[in-house]
Amino acid sequence: MSRYSALALAVKALGGNRTWPRVWRDPEPKPSYDVVIIGGGGHGLASAYYLAREHGITNVAVLEKSWLGGGNTGRNTTIVRSNYMIDGNTRFYEKSLQLWEGLSRELNYNVMYSPRGQLNLSHSKAQFDAAARRGNIMRLNGIDSKAMLRDEVRRFAPYLDFSDQARFPIYGALWQGRAGTVRHDAVAWGYARAAARCGVDIIQQCEVTGIVTKNGRVRGVETTRGAITANTVAIVVAGDSSLLARMAGIRLPVESHVLQAFVTEAVKPLVDTVITFGAGHFYISQSDKGGLVFGGDLDGYNSYARRGNLAVAGDVMAEARALLPHLSRLRVLRHWGGTVDMTMDGSPIIAAMPVKGLFLNGGWCYGGFKATPASGWCFAHLLATGEPHPLISRFTLERFERGFQLDEKGAGPEPGHH
Amino acid sequence: MSAAPFRLKTGGRIARERPLSFTFDGRRFEGFAGDTLASALLAHGVATVARSFKFHRRRGIYTASSDEPNALVSLGGGGRHEPNARATDTELFDGLAARSQNCWPSVNFDLMAVNGWFAPILKAGFYYKTFMGPTRGAWRVYEHVIRRAAGLGKATLQRDPDTYEHGHLFCDVLVAGAGPAGLAAALAAGRAGARVIVCEQQPRTGGQLLDQPADGPGDDWRRRIMDELAGLATVRIMTRTSVFGAYDGGTFGLIERLFDHVREPPGRQPRQRSWTLRCGHAVIATGATERAIVFANNDRPGIMLASAIGSMINRYAVLPGRAVVLFTNNDSAYDVACDAARAGAAVTLVDVRRQPPAKRSGRCRDAGVAIIAGHGVIAAAGRKSVSGVHIAPVDASDDTRFLACDLLGVSGGWTPAVHLMSHRGARPLYDEGLACFVPGDMSPGQSAAGACAGAFALSACIAQGLAAGREAAGLCGFARTRKPLRTSIEIDDAWEMPIEPYWASPVNGRTKSAPRFVDLQNDVTISDIELAHREGFVSLEHLKRYTTLGMGTDQGKTSNVAALALMAGLRGCAVSDVGTTTFRPPYMPVAIGALAGPRVGPRLQPRRLSPMHDWHRDHGAVYIQAGLWERPWYYPGPGESLEQCYIREARQTRKTVGLTDVSPLGKIDVQGPDAAEFLNRVYINGWKKLAVGKARYGVMLREDGIVADDGTTSRLADEHYFMTTTTANAGAVMARLEFLLQTAWPDLKVHVTSVSDQWAGMAVAGPRSRDLLAGLIRDVDFSAEGLPFMGLAHGSVRAIPVRILRVSYSGELAYELYCPAGFGHELWDRVFGAGADFDLVVYGLEAMGTMRIEKGHVAGPEIDGRTSAGDLGLGRMASTKKPFIGSVLMRRDGLRDASRPALVGIRPVERTQRLSAGAILCEPGRHEGHGIGHVSSITFSPQMGCDIALALVSGGLAREGDIVDAVFSMRDETVAVRIVNPVFFDPGGERLRG
Amino acid sequence: MIRIDCPYCGARDHTEFSYGGDASVPRPDIACEDIKAWSDYVFLRDNPRGAHSEFWHHVNGCREWLIVKRDTATHEVAAVLPARGNMP
Repeated sequence: MSRYSALALAVKALGGNRTWPRVWRDPEPKPSYDVVIIGGGGHGLASAYYLAREHGITNVAVLEKSWLGGGNTGRNTTIVRSNYMIDGNTRFYEKSLQLWEGLSRELNYNVMYSPRGQLNLSHSKAQFDAAARRGNIMRLNGIDSKAMLRDEVRRFAPYLDFSDQARFPIYGALWQGRAGTVRHDAVAWGYARAAARCGVDIIQQCEVTGIVTKNGRVRGVETTRGAITANTVAIVVAGDSSLLARMAGIRLPVESHVLQAFVTEAVKPLVDTVITFGAGHFYISQSDKGGLVFGGDLDGYNSYARRGNLAVAGDVMAEARALLPHLSRLRVLRHWGGTVDMTMDGSPIIAAMPVKGLFLNGGWCYGGFKATPASGWCFAHLLATGEPHPLISRFTLERFERGFQLDEKGAGPEPGHH
Repeated sequence: MSAAPFRLKTGGRIARERPLSFTFDGRRFEGFAGDTLASALLAHGVATVARSFKFHRRRGIYTASSDEPNALVSLGGGGRHEPNARATDTELFDGLAARSQNCWPSVNFDLMAVNGWFAPILKAGFYYKTFMGPTRGAWRVYEHVIRRAAGLGKATLQRDPDTYEHGHLFCDVLVAGAGPAGLAAALAAGRAGARVIVCEQQPRTGGQLLDQPADGPGDDWRRRIMDELAGLATVRIMTRTSVFGAYDGGTFGLIERLFDHVREPPGRQPRQRSWTLRCGHAVIATGATERAIVFANNDRPGIMLASAIGSMINRYAVLPGRAVVLFTNNDSAYDVACDAARAGAAVTLVDVRRQPPAKRSGRCRDAGVAIIAGHGVIAAAGRKSVSGVHIAPVDASDDTRFLACDLLGVSGGWTPAVHLMSHRGARPLYDEGLACFVPGDMSPGQSAAGACAGAFALSACIAQGLAAGREAAGLCGFARTRKPLRTSIEIDDAWEMPIEPYWASPVNGRTKSAPRFVDLQNDVTISDIELAHREGFVSLEHLKRYTTLGMGTDQGKTSNVAALALMAGLRGCAVSDVGTTTFRPPYMPVAIGALAGPRVGPRLQPRRLSPMHDWHRDHGAVYIQAGLWERPWYYPGPGESLEQCYIREARQTRKTVGLTDVSPLGKIDVQGPDAAEFLNRVYINGWKKLAVGKARYGVMLREDGIVADDGTTSRLADEHYFMTTTTANAGAVMARLEFLLQTAWPDLKVHVTSVSDQWAGMAVAGPRSRDLLAGLIRDVDFSAEGLPFMGLAHGSVRAIPVRILRVSYSGELAYELYCPAGFGHELWDRVFGAGADFDLVVYGLEAMGTMRIEKGHVAGPEIDGRTSAGDLGLGRMASTKKPFIGSVLMRRDGLRDASRPALVGIRPVERTQRLSAGAILCEPGRHEGHGIGHVSSITFSPQMGCDIALALVSGGLAREGDIVDAVFSMRDETVAVRIVNPVFFDPGGERLRG
Repeated sequence: MIRIDCPYCGARDHTEFSYGGDASVPRPDIACEDIKAWSDYVFLRDNPRGAHSEFWHHVNGCREWLIVKRDTATHEVAAVLPARGNMP
């Protein structure tokens, strides 16, 4: 398998680019694996990679019903950050950001981690104070953060609406400089390549139709490409977690909702950082290709349709224009929807399930993409050892019944409000 | 101003009597009303108008439609500057100023074209394979350079001076597209009596008929139908209006471009209007897009789609070349060949099919067209623009010969515009015979007619349109009309011979190293597709993402199908096995401003104002945003700061009397025989024993046992209660109460009504409040016995009825007065007037906060959706004798954990030190992790003479007296604080009970 | 835009309503003291792909809570009922 580098590019170019190998192998599924990972998105592929790399478990299959990275990995707005406040979240997301920092070199695949920083705006003193609490917690955990008042925000991002026209004047902001963006597709492809190189079988167009259990223990899966036995089965299908869990008779504290994203025509550099609006729900950055990528709130009802409604699109555009008035004449090129697992407290579930040998990594709500590396890293630990890594020890399924919710937003058991 | 050498003397649909002047890259040109920017530039022989995205290759005008991949320009200036406008559907107006983009120093000499030298390295996805070193952070440096090279036009940083509107439309039948099929559908549905809306993205109706010679049978038909439609009162035709998306429930998104065809909107009229349209049924008649064939150097200026040449001749009277070669695999280009020859060009038609269509060939030969069958174009020659083509027999690509030409038209067949049919998830099917995707299962409430359904003959389009229109009207309940429709057309353009799928010409020795572009805008070549295939990116979605194919502003409308077919060829599978793209709205790019509509600046969200708002404004209040509310924050005297002011307001209130506006509180009227039982279930404390004329403080939990809201509720009569909620939760509490009554407890005879907007509220607080009110409201006994703490009275001021609650948030002797909202200002005035004798001060939200913190009352920063009643020191209020919302789940282990942070007061050990909200409480010297709690609300307390704060700390009041650190780590600031009782002031409550 | 045919007001855009989640889970009696029963009611969902019975509140209309039968894969609405009298 050839190593990627500028030199390799030049050498291959001389050969007419005819000798580039497949990025990942395309094997037929074997009848049996040590571990079957359902879901070939970023999280599933990362889990497979770290299982092989960190734990030496390579007899692993990743089953993808469609094409790799075709779920939320390829639909999100590519933002990565670690500005979490609640104990149980903070260090997990920071671990993820640390892994992002070295990921391109670790995988020998340029995932384009771009630490362009994130500006989290606040529009009232109360909001600023809440942000200060978050920023202070970040600092206490060794995470970079900085509070800015209006004038400083203005010097930093003068193109935001600082006029007297603003309905919600900017009061201040919380800044995380190491936050930024990552090229989303590259994450799936990079992990797939690295995992395949370690011996993991990545099998596309293979939909799981049943989870086989016997005496309260998982035995394998039924798929559209035949039965596969395994004593460890991992569900990593955010969006569809409930459907897969139900195959094993488990109900989850999850609702599937649709979240939209938008991209404009490409233009020369216009927005240098990631910006989030505090008086609504809006976040924006600019892709390296030049399109402005942004999103807003959930459409607000259970949905697996992966497409959004027009009313929310209008709301998002209004917020875009409110924050960046000069975007008015820029044109939206596409808007699309992804199905997100909204949990009852806004935090994920990475845990063993009540069926022995069955594990779940899901419930990522809005925020799964940024968590990809740490999610895979910790989940691999769980799959390999049967014990949760300390960083995910609170992401249990039982926390709801036991009263240990991890409610970063304080929205309560209303999944659509997180 | 130069002459227009490529303008035909006659014909076209331009208004020659209305010449217009415009500039491109500063050069002045002349065109006519009815021109597009593209047609006017072609009339002047301007070949290169743009540079490509990656290699900065010269690009000309490729289409005559909104599908244009190449000819993107920047328009306008200042706040009206607009990048990436398609020259091909930009209507010309006098004074239009267009500029080329993505080139330096100019479009004719672009230094960035050096990228082309590195083309073998800059293949699909090259950036995933490099830029990873030498250090981890190196990408940021590369990215900086790459970002500047990428992107197309420059966007403006100025505010858009134009306005936008949004409207709602309702109809029975929507017809998307006013070509022959759409017009026929509209006529059939309109005749049946249905309310019909027809949308046409072009400035005039007719669709492909406009590409027929003017004043021919096509125009006759169009005029006849338009005349009849004009007589139908229920039919509305909207031109310059694109249906950009199909959404749930028969909803469609429309963009109406009102004034993009003039320099600026006249008067204060909007530039564009977005519409949300709901219809009973939609007939999609969006036509088809011609597509390219790939060959070497197929991107040279002077190469266009064949149909675009037809449009240029028949619509705009522009023949953009003298020696024309047409390259086709289907019948449609023959008609273009005839038109070009009749317009005076020397035309050669190269058809890959061995057997050309007989009738068409005859017509062509009569017009002087040379036809070369069984051949394909292998490569285009020419550097700045096309100077000729190398053609070869389809089975012998090395056997080339050269044809000189200055214009090459390409037709690779037609792609039905199935987008609107696919936005809701329906998948089109590949039709091998037509070599294109046609609609498969239809989305509910839609049917297709005409070219978008794979009908490529006018008569078929019209027949399908009529049938679809009739059916749509029938589905909406309109009987079919008996009167026969005279709709036949005297044009026979049915294909004689089937199309021959032909996606790309082969390479030969001569053309091996020349690029063959599939996606012109993003410079994706066949070798990129081959590379993607080699590397395993074989599904269409992977191909698109890896190569960026179809991701440009044109969304690959002229190129996607070819890419799919090429991948199918590489994989050795059927085209349908590679899949189809997921079609996403919008069909064509739509301005953010148009979708945002009028929700701009201050109109982003409604402002909620108190009935006394004008008074506050007139008395110098500084406002603060609280959700949608604008509330008085403080009332500064001359030169007074926020801190000086709130301290004065709070101090004065505690000394004499203060007045503040509490109108934004949520207010809910609760009535019915079971009202007490209802309150008993929704509040944690008991309500059965509350007497008429009394008020009580209550706390509500969420279903999961976390505090949801608090407020006072008073009993007005046996079966009548008046509930107040916090401002922030007013709507949610109301909705929740309705939910419980309608779904969980329908047996309870209770009705709730939101009266938040119906009642104005104000608090009068301070030692002299009683004296003030007793003098003002004469019909109420304000004595301690007459109106005790938590008592309720009804009185009046003149004719204003006033509801008086003796409750206190400030900790003072205090009253809340409520009156009908319309009297709010009047009552406020009277209280304020009467206050003059009592040294009354008006106070804002900040002073209110100061006094509530001094009293240890919780508010939003403490009720943050994570705290239990126990955490907030309210646990003892919870009844153990009755169930209530949240009573079971509040007993979960996690909520009873003794280490949970609980409410305390803190003050700095060193009295002069300042506190900061959001500081984290840590054990001294152990500044790490999440500490032991946080500071939620701070203020300077005039009573204590120092900063005080409420905080939530692990262990709560068990730690009273301990000294801990309040750490504001973002400023490296640590303040030693003492944990104290949260009730800083008057802990016994003597003042409020006085 | 999902169109919801409110039994009191007629067909309206879903934006006039607010969403209230799964309507198929029976609510424990107010007197029920079982943490598991309440916890299942408050937190656990079938979350089906396909037919779904759900609450919508006509918050900007008649303010009635409705039960809407809707397909979560297609968003097609099959039926709209008042919640009163139609609870599981």
